Amino acid sequence: MGYTENDLAKDLENSEYKFGFTTNIESDRAPNGLNETIIRYISAKKEEPEWLLEYRLKAFRIWSEMKEPNWAHVHYEKPDFQAISYYAAPKQTKKYESWDDVDPELKATMAKLGISMEEQQRLTGVAVDFVMDSVSVATSFKAKLGELGIIFCSFSEAVKEHPELVKQYMGSVVPVTDNFYAALNSAVFTDGSFCYIPKGVRCPMELSTYFRINEANTGQFERTLVIADEGSYVSYLEGCTAPQRDENQLHAAVVELIALNDAEIKYSTVQNWYPGDKDGKGGIFNFVTKRGLCETNAKISWTQVETGSAVTWKYPSCILKGDNSIGEFYSVAVTNNYQQADTGTKMIHLGKNTKSTIISKGISAGKSQNSYRGLVQIHKNAHNARNFSQCDSLLMTDECGAHTFPYIECKNPSAKIEHEATTSKIGEDQIFYCLQRGISEEKAISLIVNGYCKEVLNQLPMEFAVEAQKLLAISLEGSVG
Amino acid sequence: MNLETIIPEMAASVNWKLEGKHLLSEDLRKKALSVLENMPFPTTRTEAWKYTRLAKIRNGNFVARQEQLASNRHQIDLNAISLVFVNGHFASNLSSSHFPDGIKLLALSQMEVMELSVLGNTLPLEGELFNAFNTAYATDGVYLHISANMHIKPVIEITHIVTGTNTISHLRNVIVAEAFSKAHIVQQYVTENANTCFTNVVTEVSVAKNAFLTIDKLQYEDESCFTIATEQVTQATDSNFTINTLTLNGGLVRNNLNIAVNGQNCETHLNGAYILKGSQHVDNHTVVDHTVAHCVSNELYKGVIDEKATAVFNGKVFVRKDAQKINAFQSNGNVLLSNDATVNSKPELEIYADDVKCSHGSTTGQLDDEAIFYLRARGIGEKAARQLMVGAFVGDVFGKLTNEAVKTRVDQLLQERFEWDFVG
Amino acid sequence: MLKIENLHASIDGKEILKGLNLDVKAGEVHAIMGPNGAGKSTLASVLAGREEYEITEGTVAFEGKDLLEMATEDRAREGLFLAFQYPVEIPGVSNVNFLRTALNEIREYNGQEQISAKDFMALVREKSAIVELDAKLASRSVNEGFSGGEKKRNEIFQMAMLDPKLAILDETDSGLDIDALRIVANGVITLKSDKNATIVITHYQRLLDYIVPDFVHVLYDGKIVKSGPKELALELEEKGYDWIKAEFQH
Repeated sequence: MGYTENDLAKDLENSEYKFGFTTNIESDRAPNGLNETIIRYISAKKEEPEWLLEYRLKAFRIWSEMKEPNWAHVHYEKPDFQAISYYAAPKQTKKYESWDDVDPELKATMAKLGISMEEQQRLTGVAVDFVMDSVSVATSFKAKLGELGIIFCSFSEAVKEHPELVKQYMGSVVPVTDNFYAALNSAVFTDGSFCYIPKGVRCPMELSTYFRINEANTGQFERTLVIADEGSYVSYLEGCTAPQRDENQLHAAVVELIALNDAEIKYSTVQNWYPGDKDGKGGIFNFVTKRGLCETNAKISWTQVETGSAVTWKYPSCILKGDNSIGEFYSVAVTNNYQQADTGTKMIHLGKNTKSTIISKGISAGKSQNSYRGLVQIHKNAHNARNFSQCDSLLMTDECGAHTFPYIECKNPSAKIEHEATTSKIGEDQIFYCLQRGISEEKAISLIVNGYCKEVLNQLPMEFAVEAQKLLAISLEGSVG
Repeated sequence: MNLETIIPEMAASVNWKLEGKHLLSEDLRKKALSVLENMPFPTTRTEAWKYTRLAKIRNGNFVARQEQLASNRHQIDLNAISLVFVNGHFASNLSSSHFPDGIKLLALSQMEVMELSVLGNTLPLEGELFNAFNTAYATDGVYLHISANMHIKPVIEITHIVTGTNTISHLRNVIVAEAFSKAHIVQQYVTENANTCFTNVVTEVSVAKNAFLTIDKLQYEDESCFTIATEQVTQATDSNFTINTLTLNGGLVRNNLNIAVNGQNCETHLNGAYILKGSQHVDNHTVVDHTVAHCVSNELYKGVIDEKATAVFNGKVFVRKDAQKINAFQSNGNVLLSNDATVNSKPELEIYADDVKCSHGSTTGQLDDEAIFYLRARGIGEKAARQLMVGAFVGDVFGKLTNEAVKTRVDQLLQERFEWDFVG
Repeated sequence: MLKIENLHASIDGKEILKGLNLDVKAGEVHAIMGPNGAGKSTLASVLAGREEYEITEGTVAFEGKDLLEMATEDRAREGLFLAFQYPVEIPGVSNVNFLRTALNEIREYNGQEQISAKDFMALVREKSAIVELDAKLASRSVNEGFSGGEKKRNEIFQMAMLDPKLAILDETDSGLDIDALRIVANGVITLKSDKNATIVITHYQRLLDYIVPDFVHVLYDGKIVKSGPKELALELEEKGYDWIKAEFQH
């Protein structure tokens, strides 16, 4: 009777990806394939200085020697790296003098994404950087930020305008040699966002970047670099979507955060790359390296709501180098249909009195596989380090999987580490209780799921939290929302 | 000779008592040998060996040797039925010769007719170097068969003694508990005048329908010795299996506990305590594989690590598709007593069914200074205070022991090795 | 209001209710008593629509409609309320959010407008006073970390908020001390009117000192074997259930 688990499963299958449109903008793209010539082409297209070309070539040589990792709990056909175009830019790349200059098609795209810039500007005061197919197309609120000495621009622009900062910090947290995808990104990245907050400045608004993959057969390889100078504060938001396509597309980004002494960075992501259809066809391979470095008394907080991508491989991490530094990781990862996610964090405690908190909430539906993989590492000199981890998994069907792989390594006796994990089904008793109060099953599941994720959703800035809740609803539409 | 060359050379050097009637079938041995030929020695890049370096075993110069001992000074329970092995060979002079009804207990080497078709059936060889090594070269071991419906009252005590320098022993044990039977086994691993010895034991356990089986595994080998001990267990419907692993000494100890819960309504209890000092390295790997519905498993491992010792815990619970209504709990607690002590803990859940209740927890910390201060303020000396605190921490694992003689022995060994004296 | 005729229900093939009849009219309070295992909680579960129970025979009419055909939530929306014997904890979902969702869904079902936030909060304040429920509990997660008594009071608070036609109190008195019992009972009495009805399922007579029933029924072995005025409850308390068992054992 009523709305059964089967109906629920059906609704889940049929809920469609809401951002699966494409935008018809003429674009400039490199031929498929990857070799030194292509890298030189990208670098030349972007009018880059020699040192950056060298950096790319070095990364390419290292990457060529590396093997694609296969330790994650995901199974997929390895991408053919020679069948991807490594550069696709909306053709009109001249800088916009004002918002009115922006291509109306592009504006329409942004509107469909729910980030109409006019509206954003007027209502929320959020400064937005929009990256389509790896090229940053518009940055708003620049002047206002400029008054405070805050630099918020595309990565390419930063290379031109602030080469000293880029040179000093790029690769300092995620070295070229770090892993296969980071090396690939270092060789071919096309654009991304750059942000610098000067000493003692509290950034007055949320900084926001939207990433979108538009072209077929392209990969997106953006790079984000956020530097919070001593005593500064910034809250940074990142959103991602991609059109619906039958083939798998690759997204291999690198995000580096640097929080100098007493600085704080809050980095929030709502990731909704196209997850593939209900039979597991198509979707984005999301292989991302995100890492932050905390100096003394600094704090980095990662919050992510992950609902998209066919395969996710992502571990936003904190290196707690400075004494008294703090790392936080709050994550909701939803997988449905044939999605696979292997996500978690690394908290590397090097300094004294360092603290880390990990709250991970996994929700598995359909035939998906959802894994938490996390590392808490207490080094020998990290006296009085503290970690608390809580990893919960919620199962929606009997065909999905939820897995927990925590690694806890401790070399200091004064450390205190606590890890808890639970796996459970949405309780039938809970649903029945709601039903008896006149609440429909669909709403009941929505209430329970949102309640379950509350600790994470509470970490998001208000306007993002609303979007995240909507996304949860869409991802688990029809029932779980 | 080191282990990489020892493998072919051992075949010639080992006094192969079972010539013509091998423990394991010719086919199985051939398979094991081909695995050995093609398999590289595991390194820390191999996930299962991430935290345990095998260089000392790999580079050891081991010899197989047979030795006679005049007496068994290790017996724990004087009323026990006892079998003793020295350096991997049966010591009939130290073993019981009379057994109660319903129990068949003898050394594999004594068996006239090989009725052991189950031997080696459940043990994976591919990718498992030490399983293959054991399958190819096991010299002897225990065959224990408990008949259906029999409740064996006395404890069955199996003692493995290792002596000499660089001795290598390969033991293979088979334990079959038939339907509705009940038994309690104590397996202990000890050394006498031993130095840098290597022991590789595999115990295959089959717990049939509604059988109750408890194993206390007590490890107290010399700090220079290496042991790899694997228990491969299968449980049938309504059965109840408990294993208590107590590691109080040994240089490098790796325990592999693999439990396949193949019947509904089973209970599985894995408890472990490790108290380490010096440069000991103790690695407990457990896998509980729930393949069917309506089962309960409980795992509690606790350790205290002093001086330069390292403890590793890797517990894995699988809940396979359709294995609904599983309650699986796993808990690992560690106390580090010194600045050079290390712990690596990896409690894992891999769940493919939805109607389950699974949880795991892991904690790492030190003895509570406040509590010690409180005890001292009440007139308890610092040493006694630490002893009390350590005792309390591992106490809930020791509390799982049901045999009084085993409890007394554990206390005695802790006194002997630590004098209950834990320096901070 | 509620008419149960020859109701048979079983779980996992085992018959629990074996031909139960009951007629409840608006304005009435019925007490159902009986020994453990008689089928009291089964009756409550079947009326609320728990799916584990299979109805093998009989009919239940609620305000003239076939109750057994309705989904659980529609039964609730039609005005049937069950105060759970073991109220369920829902982590992360606040009591207020929970009730507002429930209230609005019920209103929508009945073609009414959504309640405004202001009116809703006023209602919460008014109704929580009835069971002397600390206003703070309203903002906590549903039943999470509540004491046994708080959970039961919360059930009556929810009942007050949702204003049902028929309330079924399943062992609401169990586990309550005398003060909490009085508060809960007073809550129920306050909510009583000539338009609604109450079924009190209980093992003990003491609740009936406060909520005086119009009829007392004895449920034994899946059937109502004895019905009478409120004095029957006292008789049961005095003699225990053994005499019922002796009388009806076969």
